Amino acid sequence: MVGEQFLDEIAGGVLIGLAGAILLLGLSRVAGVSGILGGLVTSARGDLGWRVSFLAGLGVGGLVLALLAPAALAPASGSLAWVAASGLLVGVGTRLSNGCTSGHGVSGISRLSPRSLVATLVFMQTGALAVGAVHHWFGGGQ
Amino acid sequence: MRSYAIAFLSGLVFAAGLGLAGMTQPAKVLAFLDIGGAWDPSLAFVMVGAIAVHAVAWQIATRRGIVIVVPKAIDARLVGGAALFGVGWGLSGWCPGPAVVAMGSGLESAWVFALAMFWGHALVTRFDLTSGEDIRLISAPAPAK
Repeated sequence: MVGEQFLDEIAGGVLIGLAGAILLLGLSRVAGVSGILGGLVTSARGDLGWRVSFLAGLGVGGLVLALLAPAALAPASGSLAWVAASGLLVGVGTRLSNGCTSGHGVSGISRLSPRSLVATLVFMQTGALAVGAVHHWFGGGQ
Repeated sequence: MRSYAIAFLSGLVFAAGLGLAGMTQPAKVLAFLDIGGAWDPSLAFVMVGAIAVHAVAWQIATRRGIVIVVPKAIDARLVGGAALFGVGWGLSGWCPGPAVVAMGSGLESAWVFALAMFWGHALVTRFDLTSGEDIRLISAPAPAK
Protein backbone atom coordinates (compact mmCIF):
# COMPACT_ATOMS: atom_id res chain seq x y z
CA MET A 1 0.00 0.00 0.00
CA VAL A 2 3.02 2.27 0.20
CA GLY A 3 2.68 2.98 -3.50
CA GLU A 4 4.95 5.07 -5.67
CA GLN A 5 4.20 8.30 -3.91
CA PHE A 6 6.74 7.64 -1.14
CA LEU A 7 9.55 6.33 -3.35
CA ASP A 8 11.42 9.65 -3.33
CA GLU A 9 11.25 9.80 0.44
CA ILE A 10 12.50 6.23 0.84
CA ALA A 11 15.28 6.74 -1.73
CA GLY A 12 16.29 10.00 -0.07
CA GLY A 13 16.40 8.23 3.26
CA VAL A 14 18.55 5.46 1.79
CA LEU A 15 21.03 8.09 0.54
CA ILE A 16 21.10 9.72 3.99
CA GLY A 17 21.77 6.33 5.59
CA LEU A 18 24.46 5.68 3.01
CA ALA A 19 26.12 9.04 3.70
CA GLY A 20 26.22 8.13 7.37
CA ALA A 21 27.68 4.73 6.50
CA ILE A 22 30.47 6.35 4.46
CA LEU A 23 31.45 8.51 7.42
CA LEU A 24 31.09 5.73 9.99
CA LEU A 25 32.98 3.04 8.11
CA GLY A 26 35.40 5.38 6.33
CA LEU A 27 36.39 7.66 9.20
CA SER A 28 34.81 6.07 12.31
CA ARG A 29 32.71 9.19 12.73
CA VAL A 30 29.01 9.72 13.38
CA ALA A 31 27.17 11.78 10.76
CA GLY A 32 25.37 14.04 13.20
CA VAL A 33 25.20 17.47 11.62
CA SER A 34 24.74 19.49 14.83
CA GLY A 35 27.69 17.73 16.47
CA ILE A 36 29.90 18.24 13.43
CA LEU A 37 28.94 21.93 13.34
CA GLY A 38 29.39 22.42 17.06
CA GLY A 39 32.82 20.80 16.91
CA LEU A 40 34.00 23.61 14.62
CA VAL A 41 34.19 25.78 17.72
CA THR A 42 35.23 23.35 20.41
CA SER A 43 37.42 20.75 18.70
CA ALA A 44 41.18 20.58 18.53
CA ARG A 45 42.77 21.82 15.33
CA GLY A 46 43.62 18.34 14.05
CA ASP A 47 39.96 17.41 14.30
CA LEU A 48 38.70 20.25 12.11
CA GLY A 49 39.55 19.16 8.55
CA TRP A 50 37.03 16.34 8.19
CA ARG A 51 34.30 18.52 9.72
CA VAL A 52 34.93 21.36 7.28
CA SER A 53 35.07 18.84 4.40
CA PHE A 54 31.77 17.22 5.37
CA LEU A 55 30.04 20.60 5.71
CA ALA A 56 31.53 21.71 2.39
CA GLY A 57 30.05 18.58 0.82
CA LEU A 58 26.64 19.46 2.24
CA GLY A 59 26.95 23.05 1.00
CA VAL A 60 28.19 22.12 -2.47
CA GLY A 61 25.33 19.63 -2.58
CA GLY A 62 22.98 22.55 -1.95
CA LEU A 63 24.56 24.51 -4.77
CA VAL A 64 24.18 21.57 -7.16
CA LEU A 65 20.55 21.13 -6.09
CA ALA A 66 19.89 24.83 -6.72
CA LEU A 67 21.27 24.45 -10.25
CA LEU A 68 19.78 21.07 -11.21
CA ALA A 69 16.58 20.83 -9.17
CA PRO A 70 15.66 24.26 -7.81
CA ALA A 71 12.20 23.04 -6.79
CA ALA A 72 13.86 20.86 -4.13
CA LEU A 73 14.89 23.94 -2.17
CA ALA A 74 12.66 26.50 -0.54
CA PRO A 75 13.24 29.24 2.02
CA ALA A 76 11.74 28.96 5.49
CA SER A 77 8.56 30.94 6.01
CA GLY A 78 8.62 33.89 8.34
CA SER A 79 10.68 37.01 8.94
CA LEU A 80 14.44 36.91 9.48
CA ALA A 81 13.88 37.51 13.22
CA TRP A 82 11.55 34.50 13.31
CA VAL A 83 14.12 32.34 11.52
CA ALA A 84 16.85 33.59 13.86
CA ALA A 85 14.76 32.65 16.91
CA SER A 86 14.31 29.21 15.39
CA GLY A 87 18.05 28.86 14.79
CA LEU A 88 18.88 29.94 18.33
CA LEU A 89 16.54 27.34 19.84
CA VAL A 90 17.94 24.66 17.51
CA GLY A 91 21.50 25.61 18.52
CA VAL A 92 20.86 25.58 22.28
CA GLY A 93 18.70 22.46 22.14
CA THR A 94 20.98 20.32 20.00
CA ARG A 95 24.02 21.31 22.06
CA LEU A 96 22.30 20.40 25.32
CA SER A 97 20.97 17.10 24.03
CA ASN A 98 24.08 16.24 21.95
CA GLY A 99 22.27 15.60 18.69
CA CYS A 100 19.65 16.53 16.15
CA THR A 101 17.52 14.80 13.53
CA SER A 102 20.56 13.06 12.02
CA GLY A 103 22.59 12.23 15.14
CA HIS A 104 19.69 11.04 17.31
CA GLY A 105 16.94 10.41 14.74
CA VAL A 106 18.95 8.37 12.25
CA SER A 107 22.31 7.35 13.69
CA GLY A 108 21.22 6.84 17.30
CA ILE A 109 18.03 4.97 16.53
CA SER A 110 19.93 2.80 14.01
CA ARG A 111 22.04 1.43 16.85
CA LEU A 112 19.00 1.20 19.15
CA SER A 113 20.23 3.83 21.59
CA PRO A 114 17.53 4.40 24.25
CA ARG A 115 18.85 7.93 24.72
CA SER A 116 18.40 8.77 21.06
CA LEU A 117 14.96 7.17 20.97
CA VAL A 118 13.85 9.37 23.88
CA ALA A 119 15.38 12.49 22.30
CA THR A 120 13.69 11.79 18.94
CA LEU A 121 10.26 11.22 20.50
CA VAL A 122 10.63 14.44 22.50
CA PHE A 123 11.73 16.69 19.63
CA MET A 124 9.06 15.30 17.30
CA GLN A 125 6.46 15.95 19.99
CA THR A 126 7.53 19.52 20.79
CA GLY A 127 7.97 20.20 17.07
CA ALA A 128 4.36 19.14 16.53
CA LEU A 129 3.26 21.28 19.48
CA ALA A 130 5.12 24.30 18.07
CA VAL A 131 3.52 23.88 14.64
CA GLY A 132 0.10 23.51 16.24
CA ALA A 133 0.64 26.58 18.43
CA VAL A 134 1.79 28.72 15.49
CA HIS A 135 -1.30 27.70 13.52
CA HIS A 136 -3.57 28.53 16.43
CA TRP A 137 -2.15 31.79 17.63
CA PHE A 138 -0.56 33.30 14.57
CA GLY A 139 -2.68 31.76 11.85
CA GLY A 140 0.32 30.05 10.30
CA GLY A 141 3.80 31.51 10.14
CA GLN A 142 5.04 34.85 11.36
CA MET B 1 43.70 14.16 2.01
CA ARG B 2 41.88 10.85 1.73
CA SER B 3 39.91 11.46 4.90
CA TYR B 4 38.86 14.88 3.64
CA ALA B 5 37.62 13.32 0.39
CA ILE B 6 35.61 10.70 2.31
CA ALA B 7 34.02 13.39 4.51
CA PHE B 8 33.24 15.58 1.47
CA LEU B 9 31.64 12.65 -0.36
CA SER B 10 29.55 11.82 2.68
CA GLY B 11 28.31 15.42 2.88
CA LEU B 12 27.52 15.45 -0.83
CA VAL B 13 25.51 12.22 -0.67
CA PHE B 14 23.80 13.49 2.49
CA ALA B 15 22.71 16.67 0.68
CA ALA B 16 21.39 14.68 -2.29
CA GLY B 17 19.39 12.50 0.10
CA LEU B 18 17.92 15.46 1.95
CA GLY B 19 16.97 17.12 -1.34
CA LEU B 20 15.41 14.01 -2.85
CA ALA B 21 13.53 13.25 0.36
CA GLY B 22 12.01 16.72 0.57
CA MET B 23 13.75 17.64 3.83
CA THR B 24 15.00 20.88 2.22
CA GLN B 25 11.44 22.14 1.76
CA PRO B 26 10.50 23.70 5.11
CA ALA B 27 6.78 23.70 4.23
CA LYS B 28 6.89 19.92 3.77
CA VAL B 29 8.68 19.48 7.10
CA LEU B 30 6.08 21.63 8.86
CA ALA B 31 3.29 19.58 7.24
CA PHE B 32 4.96 16.45 8.61
CA LEU B 33 5.01 17.96 12.10
CA ASP B 34 1.41 19.17 11.81
CA ILE B 35 -0.02 16.03 13.37
CA GLY B 36 -3.09 17.85 14.68
CA GLY B 37 -3.83 19.46 11.30
CA ALA B 38 -3.47 18.35 7.68
CA TRP B 39 -0.76 15.81 8.50
CA ASP B 40 1.60 14.78 5.69
CA PRO B 41 3.22 11.53 6.89
CA SER B 42 5.58 11.13 3.92
CA LEU B 43 8.76 12.20 5.74
CA ALA B 44 8.39 9.25 8.11
CA PHE B 45 9.52 7.13 5.15
CA VAL B 46 12.78 9.07 5.05
CA MET B 47 13.57 7.81 8.52
CA VAL B 48 12.57 4.29 7.57
CA GLY B 49 14.94 4.27 4.58
CA ALA B 50 17.80 5.94 6.45
CA ILE B 51 17.57 3.72 9.52
CA ALA B 52 17.32 0.53 7.46
CA VAL B 53 20.60 1.30 5.68
CA HIS B 54 22.39 2.80 8.66
CA ALA B 55 21.55 -0.10 10.97
CA VAL B 56 23.52 -2.37 8.61
CA ALA B 57 26.43 0.07 8.74
CA TRP B 58 26.44 -0.16 12.54
CA GLN B 59 26.51 -3.96 12.33
CA ILE B 60 29.57 -3.80 10.09
CA ALA B 61 31.20 -1.16 12.31
CA THR B 62 30.68 -3.27 15.42
CA ARG B 63 32.17 -6.30 13.70
CA ARG B 64 35.20 -4.21 12.77
CA GLY B 65 35.69 -3.30 16.39
CA ILE B 66 34.61 0.34 16.18
CA VAL B 67 33.49 1.24 19.69
CA ILE B 68 31.28 4.20 20.43
CA VAL B 69 31.65 6.31 23.54
CA VAL B 70 28.63 8.49 24.22
CA PRO B 71 26.86 10.03 27.20
CA LYS B 72 24.49 7.38 28.50
CA ALA B 73 22.23 9.30 30.85
CA ILE B 74 18.60 9.96 30.00
CA ASP B 75 18.31 13.09 32.08
CA ALA B 76 16.74 16.54 32.19
CA ARG B 77 19.51 17.89 30.01
CA LEU B 78 18.73 15.43 27.19
CA VAL B 79 14.97 15.83 27.41
CA GLY B 80 15.07 19.61 27.88
CA GLY B 81 17.53 20.07 25.03
CA ALA B 82 15.51 17.86 22.69
CA ALA B 83 12.36 19.76 23.66
CA LEU B 84 13.95 23.12 22.82
CA PHE B 85 15.34 21.76 19.56
CA GLY B 86 11.88 20.50 18.56
CA VAL B 87 10.29 23.90 19.17
CA GLY B 88 12.99 25.60 17.09
CA TRP B 89 12.56 23.02 14.32
CA GLY B 90 8.78 23.58 14.35
CA LEU B 91 9.14 27.37 14.01
CA SER B 92 11.02 27.33 10.70
CA GLY B 93 11.03 23.76 9.39
CA TRP B 94 14.82 23.72 9.30
CA CYS B 95 17.01 21.38 11.27
CA PRO B 96 20.84 21.66 11.03
CA GLY B 97 21.44 19.46 7.94
CA PRO B 98 18.92 21.04 5.57
CA ALA B 99 19.94 24.49 6.82
CA VAL B 100 23.56 23.91 5.74
CA VAL B 101 22.34 22.62 2.35
CA ALA B 102 20.20 25.75 2.00
CA MET B 103 23.25 27.89 2.87
CA GLY B 104 25.11 26.34 -0.02
CA SER B 105 22.26 27.13 -2.36
CA GLY B 106 22.60 30.78 -1.40
CA LEU B 107 19.45 31.31 0.65
CA GLU B 108 20.05 34.37 2.80
CA SER B 109 17.70 33.27 5.59
CA ALA B 110 19.64 30.01 5.96
CA TRP B 111 22.78 31.99 6.81
CA VAL B 112 20.80 33.91 9.45
CA PHE B 113 19.53 30.59 10.82
CA ALA B 114 23.05 29.13 10.96
CA LEU B 115 24.50 32.21 12.63
CA ALA B 116 21.80 32.05 15.31
CA MET B 117 22.45 28.32 15.70
CA PHE B 118 26.14 29.02 16.29
CA TRP B 119 25.16 31.57 18.90
CA GLY B 120 23.02 28.96 20.63
CA HIS B 121 25.91 26.50 20.64
CA ALA B 122 28.26 29.16 22.02
CA LEU B 123 25.78 30.11 24.76
CA VAL B 124 25.63 26.55 26.05
CA THR B 125 29.38 26.10 25.78
CA ARG B 126 30.00 29.37 27.59
CA PHE B 127 27.83 28.60 30.59
CA ASP B 128 28.26 24.86 30.87
CA LEU B 129 31.66 23.31 31.00
CA THR B 130 30.37 19.75 30.69
CA SER B 131 28.92 20.36 27.23
CA GLY B 132 32.15 19.43 25.47
CA GLU B 133 31.38 15.73 25.64
CA ASP B 134 30.31 15.07 22.10
CA ILE B 135 29.74 11.72 20.54
CA ARG B 136 33.12 10.09 20.14
CA LEU B 137 34.18 6.95 18.43
CA ILE B 138 37.32 5.05 19.16
CA SER B 139 38.62 2.19 17.15
CA ALA B 140 39.49 -0.75 19.34
CA PRO B 141 39.97 -4.47 18.80
CA ALA B 142 36.72 -6.40 18.93
CA PRO B 143 36.12 -8.06 22.28
CA ALA B 144 36.99 -11.75 22.34
CA LYS B 145 34.01 -14.06 22.18
